[in-house]
Amino acid sequence: MKQKRLIAALLFALPAAALADITVGVTVSATGPAASLGIPEKNTFALVPQTIAGQKLRVVLLDDASDTTTAVKNAKKFVAEEKVDVIIGSTVTPASLAMIDVAAEAETPMISMAAGRAIVDPVDARRRWVYKTPQNDAQMSTAITEHMSDNGVKRVAYIGFSDAYGEGWANEFAGVAKARKIEVVASERFNRADTSVTGQVLKIIAAKPDAVLIGGSGTPAALPQKALKERSYKGLIYQTHGVANADFLRVCGKDCEGTFLPAGPVLVADQLPADNPVKKSAQDYVQKYEAAHGKGSVSTFGAHAWDAYRLLEAAVPAALKKAQPGTREFRAALRDALEGIKELPVAHGVFNMSATDHLGFDQRARVMVKIEGGAWKLVK
Amino acid sequence: MDFQIALLLGQDGLTNGAIYALLALALVLVFAVTRVIFIPQGEFVAYGALTLATLQAGKLPATLWLVVVLGAAVAAIDGARALRHGSARRLPRILALNLAAPLALWLLLAGVDPAGLPLAAQVLLALAIVVPLGPMIYRLAYQPIAEAPVLILLIVSIAVHLVLTGLGLLFFGAEGTRTPAFTEGALDLGFTSLQYQTLWILLISAALIVGLYAFFGRSIYGKALRATALNRTGARLMGISTTLAGKLSFTLAALIGAFSGVLISPITTLYYDSGFLIGLKGFVGAIIGGLVSYPVAAAGALLVGFLEAYSSFWASAYKEVIVFTLIIPVLLWRSLGARHTEEEE
Repeated sequence: MKQKRLIAALLFALPAAALADITVGVTVSATGPAASLGIPEKNTFALVPQTIAGQKLRVVLLDDASDTTTAVKNAKKFVAEEKVDVIIGSTVTPASLAMIDVAAEAETPMISMAAGRAIVDPVDARRRWVYKTPQNDAQMSTAITEHMSDNGVKRVAYIGFSDAYGEGWANEFAGVAKARKIEVVASERFNRADTSVTGQVLKIIAAKPDAVLIGGSGTPAALPQKALKERSYKGLIYQTHGVANADFLRVCGKDCEGTFLPAGPVLVADQLPADNPVKKSAQDYVQKYEAAHGKGSVSTFGAHAWDAYRLLEAAVPAALKKAQPGTREFRAALRDALEGIKELPVAHGVFNMSATDHLGFDQRARVMVKIEGGAWKLVK
Repeated sequence: MDFQIALLLGQDGLTNGAIYALLALALVLVFAVTRVIFIPQGEFVAYGALTLATLQAGKLPATLWLVVVLGAAVAAIDGARALRHGSARRLPRILALNLAAPLALWLLLAGVDPAGLPLAAQVLLALAIVVPLGPMIYRLAYQPIAEAPVLILLIVSIAVHLVLTGLGLLFFGAEGTRTPAFTEGALDLGFTSLQYQTLWILLISAALIVGLYAFFGRSIYGKALRATALNRTGARLMGISTTLAGKLSFTLAALIGAFSGVLISPITTLYYDSGFLIGLKGFVGAIIGGLVSYPVAAAGALLVGFLEAYSSFWASAYKEVIVFTLIIPVLLWRSLGARHTEEEE
């Protein structure tokens, strides 16, 4: 009898507890080609506090192996089985784009950690539900062209990945370069897994550019740079924010001295001037991550995941006033609350969301960084 | 494109082609002897290079645990079989090879600081860790189904490839590494300069090819392998163990793969998953040789290397397309030129 009563009590208690929890479905690319981005994101969700505004936070984390189909499958699982209040993910743009339909259909807010502008732009009936935390490539490429024209660069050669990332940068950069009257004299591609880029580099050097922009992410972006130095190329070399992790510095070594790149301020959190609104929130993340994973382990990619959590943290209290977690009303309220976020300093910048801007970053979300003595140095 | 650029591209193509040639030879060898299309060949390249890099970082490579675990599995299976068949005298040999040897390697590595060793010793250690994986994988994955059709062996190959890639990510992480060159610097030839590492690659590749030639032509084991490749049943009737031949060919394939990885890791960054593409290009070379001819496979692999180098200059965005499209005319030519025979199954 006693046992029965216990079971009955348990059965009663379980759904009640589940209802009060805020459930977050996270899909990251912890394996596959984007693993070097997805792993720090996964690590970051392990650091997220257990509660938001007194409500227990239940994080369901799945790996999508950098694969679009799996990401969509994960998103459907979140909606159908886990009844999540918000979806966070995925790490890469193609997967995030494909997840939009699932989120919009289930009327569930989604926060992507991928950079592609098309994820949140334009904000239409489907993208109403979608937000993202990384800066647009356009914001980063204008930072580069600004720096280039300040340094008298007229002719630029581009070499990038032969995938969505490299192609996106090639188009973005060609667009903004034209506006600044910078000529793109060569546009080459290479593969992440290539063992040699000699051909491309020879062609670039033959075009005599003032600067070379390398559109790659992670350690593979070191290959063209090393090849350029080997052929004693003397001009400026620019990388994109895709390389901003410690492994890139380790692999590239002395060949990367003097390289410029745009990046989120979190990369140089300690060097930011004291009056920078981002400094405190960026340092806060760096300290939390490095306390758990060791000094120098922090990367800008994990910070995108942290910023996604910070958005939730800011939006949940307002949504809780309107509805209970686990309900359709709560998800709608959460969506509205996210759109209403103003002047929220996070690790990568300051969010100012609006009905037409679901990224909400301005120029405070990027800085130019130079590689000096094997470390990142803020360019003042 | 002037003479200088053509020369540099040629040098680049030759270097990559030499590595593809080694892998193509290993693929032909494994296929001829065991009929296995050895897709995981490239994984040995990555494992060899990354194990060396881990040793140089002064850490114990996780591949060591893999050898210990696989060795224990092989010892358990083979030991149980030996006991069941009442041939307990084979037991010491099985245990020594599969259990004691990896453990001894572990003790050795635990005793010294691998980062402080000379490069040659580090290379030998890395090979000693990675190469035994070859015969162990053969024992566990292929030997039980050695008589199965080529298609089933191919499916198993894909499975082994996926498992090894997954383990590679777990062992080495997502980011790549480079190792220092055997000899730093470059040789100035006046009109061009040649990196010493490139010379090493060419010399060692040539030496390995000559060594393989001598091995197959002169040694009794090499002749046994050739006999198995020509006619499995006939070779068995002559008292050649097909199991031994299989293990031997996988050992050689693992050795060639791991050593290729060690050779190229100073000139390029290698990742846990870069082996696949390198192996695939070796495979294109091997296909040109019809998976039977060693010299044609080596020449085909060199052709792939040159094609890759020159197409990366002219049309970098389409480089892979050009390289892998090469396989279509080759297959057409082979299927038209050769008498078509259904495989007996």
